[in-house]
Amino acid sequence: MSETNQSLNIQAEGRFTRPSAAPRTRQDKLAQHTFFIITLFPVFLILIVTIALFLRAWPILSEYHFSELLLGEVWKPNSGEFGFRPFILGTAWVTIVGLLLAVPPCLLVSIYLAEYAHARTRSLAKPILDLLAAIPPVVYGVWGLLAIVPFVDDILAPLADRWLGSVSIFSVTQPTGFGILAGGIVLAVMIAPLIVSVSFEVFSTVPNDLRHASLAVGATQWQTIRNVVLPQVTPGILAAIVLGASRAFGETIAVLMVVGNVPNIPTSVFDTAYPLPALIANNYGEMMSIPLYDAALLGAALVLLIVILIFNILSTLVLQRMLRRKSA
Amino acid sequence: MKKKHFEGRHLVEYFMKTIMRISLVFVAGALGLILWTIISRGIPSLTWDMITQVPKGGYYMGKEGGILNAIIGSAYLATGGTLLAILLSLPIALYLKAYIGDSKWGEYVRLSLDVLWGIPSIVYGAFGFALMIAFGVRASLLAGIIVLALVELPIMTRAMDEVIRRMPADLEHAALALGSTKFEVALRVVTRQMLPGIVTAILLAFGRGIGDAASVLFTAGYTDRIPTSLMRPTASLPLAVFFQLGSPYPEVRERGYAAALILTIIVLAVSFGARWLSGRLNRYTVK
Repeated sequence: MSETNQSLNIQAEGRFTRPSAAPRTRQDKLAQHTFFIITLFPVFLILIVTIALFLRAWPILSEYHFSELLLGEVWKPNSGEFGFRPFILGTAWVTIVGLLLAVPPCLLVSIYLAEYAHARTRSLAKPILDLLAAIPPVVYGVWGLLAIVPFVDDILAPLADRWLGSVSIFSVTQPTGFGILAGGIVLAVMIAPLIVSVSFEVFSTVPNDLRHASLAVGATQWQTIRNVVLPQVTPGILAAIVLGASRAFGETIAVLMVVGNVPNIPTSVFDTAYPLPALIANNYGEMMSIPLYDAALLGAALVLLIVILIFNILSTLVLQRMLRRKSA
Repeated sequence: MKKKHFEGRHLVEYFMKTIMRISLVFVAGALGLILWTIISRGIPSLTWDMITQVPKGGYYMGKEGGILNAIIGSAYLATGGTLLAILLSLPIALYLKAYIGDSKWGEYVRLSLDVLWGIPSIVYGAFGFALMIAFGVRASLLAGIIVLALVELPIMTRAMDEVIRRMPADLEHAALALGSTKFEVALRVVTRQMLPGIVTAILLAFGRGIGDAASVLFTAGYTDRIPTSLMRPTASLPLAVFFQLGSPYPEVRERGYAAALILTIIVLAVSFGARWLSGRLNRYTVK
């Protein structure tokens, strides 16, 4: 207020000065600097998390050879044996089964929503996907426990035993329902909204002119999609799948509740497994009482983090490029 | 002549369209199945005591009590985490819009937020745990709030950024042409115009925060009491579900299902609330 009065007074005396913008500019600069510093936070948070986990895992990384940890098959923290191999393989199995189940229907759904569906179908499908994405992991776990585990035990396992018993990856040795398949089914539903919405976004980057040109020369809609649209979006679709994979890779509670948690090397989808995140979550309570145990578990978190960072950075870069093309 | 037009490719078209529709029904059916399972198994043991009482002696052997401790605990955790996340994400989203737009630095910030979004909450939990050891802090409400804020930050910021980005540039230009500083544009134009989107983003992150189990497992602990200070441990709903399901007593497991139903209702209410609120607030923005 006083600033304005002052400048008016000066003007009244006949000297020309512009009304001072100084306080507002200063406020603007201050805000800009503060905001800038805040934006540094997410950028450095990734580094901080990685470094913190690395430092806590250092005792075990310095004591054992890296390959010894990753490839070792025996997990006996009490006698100082920390082999992550069963857990890494368990994670890989569950993730791959989840992806195999999720990807085909999700791609079909996203193609349908992007290319065929009426606006009304789309506006019905969106809340369904939003709700699937909103349901908490632990609720997925409860569903898996109440519906999927009995389903695998009562229906899928006998069927597989009867028709596919000779194929080793479908052999049923521990008929309880808990295991990789149950975990994979739960994961497939959990990652579905992510894959559908990202690939839907990717499909919408293809300019309509291309579609019209193809349809105008008499191609059917599916021919247009296969020969014109899909080649344009392949990298984006792959990125969506990789994003889904990394989500599945790190999913903890829901998988933990249905996968059985036995540290064996799985050979069949009906086997139990013990994924890395489940290992971390199940043992946090006792990890301070055994030497190197906490370092081993935080090392497991580090392995998880690094794999996911690689997956995520690659797919995000691809997606950023594709989506930029759309806005350009 | 007309018959000749029906070729194999039309059959393929029909076939693909059919399996696409089937896939869509499948996905929708999965949601229906989940809700039906949770509701039908949760309702029988959902009693008034469940939501109004804390666990009494012998609760975990099937005796009296409820999970009010977990409901309140989760409310504290998610509210605290969300408020903390807003403090960071609103400035970031405004900065991305009003100051740097689609520049290189903006791209780095968005990239890192997307990457952070992909980091699983168990890793945030382990990170929080590593920090707690370093600073000698025990599991507490405060630690849980901080880790939840980290989990929510990328979700909230990216959701805000997505809506704020879509603001018509004319509004911004008009304000700048009248002599506004960028800060004034951010505060008085962008924030007001994009309020519906911002509220939706906040509720989205809140819903994610209240349902997250893996991050609070390490950091917030679990207790039968309602926390009275930030340094006390606190129960949370997802963990209440998780622990009760692991019980050997069927009555306790039944209550776990009821707790899952309560959690689902809260999350769905937040999700629908976000939709409704953003629709209401949208009436006051410049189209």
